[in-house]
Amino acid sequence: MFETILIANRGEIACRVIRTARRMGIRAVAVHSEADAGAMHVAMADESRLLGPAPARESYLRIEAVIAAARAAGAEAIHPGYGFLSENAEFAEACAGAGIRFIGPPPAAIRAMGSKSAAKALMEHAGVPLVPGYHGEDQSPAVLREAANRIGFPLLIKASAGGGGKGMKVVRSAGELEEALALAKGEALSAFGDDHVLLERYLTRPRHIEIQVFADGHGNFLHLFERDCSIQRRHQKVVEEAPAPGMDAARREAMGRAACDAARAIGYVGAGTVEFIAEGEAFHFMEMNTRLQVEHPVTEAITGQDLVEWQLRVAAGQPLPLTQQALRIAGHAVEVRLYAEDPARDFAPSTGRVEHLRFPAAAGGIRVDTGIREGDAVTVHYDPMIAKIIAHGPDRAGALARLDQALAATEIAGPATNLGLLRAILQQPEFRAGAVDTGFIERHGGVLLAPPGAAPRTALAAAAAHLLARRVGSADPADPHSPWAEATAWRMNGDGFQDLHLAEGEAVQVLRAFPQPGGLRLELPDGDAEIAFTVGPDGGLALQMDGRAFPARVLQESNRLMVFADGAAHALRLVDPLSPAASEGPAAGRILAPMPGRVLEVLASPGQSVQRGAVLLVLEAMKVQMRIVAPAAGTVVAVHCAAGDLVEDGAEMVSLGPG
Amino acid sequence: MAVLQTAVDARTPDHAANAARMHALLQDLRAQAERVREGGGAAARERHLARGKLLPRERVRALIDPASPFLEVGQLAAHGLYGDEVPSAGLIAGIGRVMGRECMIVANDATVKGGTYFPITVKKHLRAQEIAEQNRLPCLYLVDSGGANLPNQDEVFPDRDHFGRIFYNQAQMSAKGIPQIAVVMGSCTAGGAYVPAMSDQSIIVRNQGTIFLAGPPLVKAATGEVVSAEELGGAEVHSRISGVTDHMAENDAHALGLARRIVAGLNTRKPAVLDVAPPRPPLYDPKGIHGLIPADLRQPYEVREVIARLVDGSEFDEFKPLYGPTLVTGFARLHGYPVGIVANNGVLFSESAQKGAHFIELCCQRGVPLVFLQNITGFMVGRKYESGGIAKDGAKMVTAVATATVPKFTVVIGGSFGAGNYGMCGRAYSPRFLFMWPNARIGVMGGEQAASVLSTIRRDAIEAKGGRWTAEEEERFKAPLREQYETQGHPYYATARMWDDGIIDPADTRTVLALAISASLNAPIESWASRGPGFGLFRM
Repeated sequence: MFETILIANRGEIACRVIRTARRMGIRAVAVHSEADAGAMHVAMADESRLLGPAPARESYLRIEAVIAAARAAGAEAIHPGYGFLSENAEFAEACAGAGIRFIGPPPAAIRAMGSKSAAKALMEHAGVPLVPGYHGEDQSPAVLREAANRIGFPLLIKASAGGGGKGMKVVRSAGELEEALALAKGEALSAFGDDHVLLERYLTRPRHIEIQVFADGHGNFLHLFERDCSIQRRHQKVVEEAPAPGMDAARREAMGRAACDAARAIGYVGAGTVEFIAEGEAFHFMEMNTRLQVEHPVTEAITGQDLVEWQLRVAAGQPLPLTQQALRIAGHAVEVRLYAEDPARDFAPSTGRVEHLRFPAAAGGIRVDTGIREGDAVTVHYDPMIAKIIAHGPDRAGALARLDQALAATEIAGPATNLGLLRAILQQPEFRAGAVDTGFIERHGGVLLAPPGAAPRTALAAAAAHLLARRVGSADPADPHSPWAEATAWRMNGDGFQDLHLAEGEAVQVLRAFPQPGGLRLELPDGDAEIAFTVGPDGGLALQMDGRAFPARVLQESNRLMVFADGAAHALRLVDPLSPAASEGPAAGRILAPMPGRVLEVLASPGQSVQRGAVLLVLEAMKVQMRIVAPAAGTVVAVHCAAGDLVEDGAEMVSLGPG
Repeated sequence: MAVLQTAVDARTPDHAANAARMHALLQDLRAQAERVREGGGAAARERHLARGKLLPRERVRALIDPASPFLEVGQLAAHGLYGDEVPSAGLIAGIGRVMGRECMIVANDATVKGGTYFPITVKKHLRAQEIAEQNRLPCLYLVDSGGANLPNQDEVFPDRDHFGRIFYNQAQMSAKGIPQIAVVMGSCTAGGAYVPAMSDQSIIVRNQGTIFLAGPPLVKAATGEVVSAEELGGAEVHSRISGVTDHMAENDAHALGLARRIVAGLNTRKPAVLDVAPPRPPLYDPKGIHGLIPADLRQPYEVREVIARLVDGSEFDEFKPLYGPTLVTGFARLHGYPVGIVANNGVLFSESAQKGAHFIELCCQRGVPLVFLQNITGFMVGRKYESGGIAKDGAKMVTAVATATVPKFTVVIGGSFGAGNYGMCGRAYSPRFLFMWPNARIGVMGGEQAASVLSTIRRDAIEAKGGRWTAEEEERFKAPLREQYETQGHPYYATARMWDDGIIDPADTRTVLALAISASLNAPIESWASRGPGFGLFRM
């Protein structure tokens, strides 16, 4: 076994590999970019080497820098994680050239699966089922009609040169074929100058089912069963589980055999995943990922195996630790991916400092894989995944119940996240019934992406308790414990109260709070509440109201409150009734960068008069273009950035004066 | 420090009866307070609100820091006076925290007789200013007043402590560096115009505040000029042309926001004068005081039981516990502040008076604030005591109280009679604050004693002329006297006339004292160390 390995990655996967290495007594060397010098994976490693500046192509993707770091650190092998260089054949070759073991498949296997069309041809040859289709050169109507009948309906016509939906037609029946072909060829010709089309079976409710395969250097191939990753949004997996709902032994056996055949066909070694698209009983090869998958923990949970350990053993030349026959499925596991993204804003990536982060305890079937700690930043440079939360239970319902509890106990403040969406998915009856397919999120978008409901009375009570538990103002050194700073609203011979103006979105509600010893009475729209509370040493609240006790937490940043109560997070704003925007004159004119990014285009120029909503500049952040608009009519006083500039979160970009 | 042990059994019928009586008094007190919070009645409030104005108590609530306390002064002023139609004397006054800084807030209630100044209104305004000056509290005047109440002009205008004194005080405080800030939220007519004009900084609300020496009717009468109030002295005029005001606000909320901003920039800080500790609650619930107080004022009770329910951890370091035991003296912490407590536990004898004087000297030497718990029928009388020199011993204590340089706080927890009132820092001895419990009584002597004294003199006079005075006649003579003393000695009668700063629930005493002590720390404490050469401490 190796004494030292280098992990050519960052974030949760780097941390996860380090954990296994540590358990096996292997020294783990990390690498980092300038932006990651203080990152969790660097802190966890035995040592870490700087690769270069923040952008991945100048750090984590620099093959020679990674090799140099491995050499300098005395690493005998490199684990590439996923992403970055993990499926880069040149990197695998460079490792070999430097005498360092690449913990992954041979370069040839990577190349074989690198080209999708070549891979499909290879798989067809190996007898692995593909999506029925016609990719031939002969475009004569008779040949196409014959092919269509063989494929069956509905089918999809695509432009061979195509992309972007141009020339794409769904044909429901043989009768529609003629006309659809003419239309598709016409569109293809005008769009690409080429009227060649291909035909494929159109799957109406496809599922994404993949098989985890493993091979060693001694000719052994096996699979560790399947994972269902059908819950996706725009080809991004969101929920993954193992085993796949409704999978029977025969189909599992067939798919497992097909996956092993695929691996064998390319001389595979190490961990790989063969992805299939499935509908009904049928399954068709899509692609093979020649690396460890993000979602490998669900397989680990149901098999009780550590796949990174397997990778290390295989890379060190050892045979597979177990045989196919020795592998058994125990229970059910579900993983969700917690992303820094805003589902309400079309999943726009969200960056910034993670101000507060609490994960559920890693016990009772719960596993949390993360590479982010409280105080770390989610930046524009890398993947916005915050954590994977995995629940393992005796059966699917048990795993889902545990996962739901775990998500309810997850608190995060700072960037927007998809936590609410994840919980909403778990609540969906169709999901609970196991009826999953790749169109699930799109089909239920109305429900899943509905804006969060109004904060319930428990959240409002927590906010009020938080506001009244605090001392008012900063401590005067001459009078540090002043009774004047106590939020008692004390009045002589009467019950003092304080009206709390809390806004949720645009809606402001006024709650009248009467502080009492140990609690408060709160007038709420749905009935008054007598609330008792205590503040724990970590700032968490223990509340009692309506005959039950529950924990809550409120984070405050100036007038913004993030309330975690009853397993949901609610963003509230404390409104100061003495500073109505109306009486303060024109809106303050500092236009600040909402997140770090690159200025693509500046449309505003000094002296220019702009209307409310006018685009001042365009910012690119995390590959998304954002139009920065004037919040009110006014005159551009100054522009503080130019196209191409990198701006920090909160940087003033444009100064706007009154119109 | 020694921890006070309670000997009270809360299960006794006496305790329950005491508590029941106190609860009845408190229920009435809260009802009176509730009534004055309504201001000038529903119709007047509706008119006020219809003009887009905030009610005065809402103005105060919005002005002070969110959910912070408000220590009202003269809450029941004018109670029972002027036909009982001038709740809180038409003026809300008290200490509140604004941007972390304790301020004196004085707000006219325009729903009460147009916010005009009755005699007690003037007295209350001046008392608020006195508190501000003694404790160096910035003054915030929320002005909405028609000026002097004309039918009462003889008791409002001419004398030294009448209307003009308000502006004299503003000038004096301004000169001493105590900020004077006015927010004109309604009328400021005639004399009232000087409140903003005499302030260091002033704010006026547009289309709402007006300032003029003479209003449109008087101008028309005097010169024939016809002019609207807004044209004559509105916000635009004073903010753009005359410069009488410095800031123009769009509405009440905006004006109060501007006032908070001004206070935030006052550049003041409390001087560090006390060795403070983190506060600890008493071991015994302050509400337990309710059951301690006997219904009969003449029935003594152990004052240490009260102290045990006021001070931190019920810890009390008693001074001279074996000497002059009818006066209890000692050091404690109240909400973390070091205090010297002087409390009656019976009639004052020469020894107790001497001990009191000695203890007050100690507090002054060390700069420790004094708390007087007053429950005193007077100094001991009789030949033995007169010949023992009780007059000069009493004078020692009165001298010490009068000249004490540390902040003094008085709570009348029972009787406040005769020279005992002086020795125990009555109103005339300028305590920073003086509060009464609802069971308290105040007077030169008790009603029964006064009736007896006067009837004895009367009987002697009648009998000297050879007349006869029957027992019935004597009783007819004494009954109205007793009734007069009972009425005039009642806390409502006292508080209506601003003889105190308010009547408080005994269970709130700790909170009230803590707020008052904290507020007093805005002024430096003059201890013997800071006073320069003088006499040392005289052992009595």
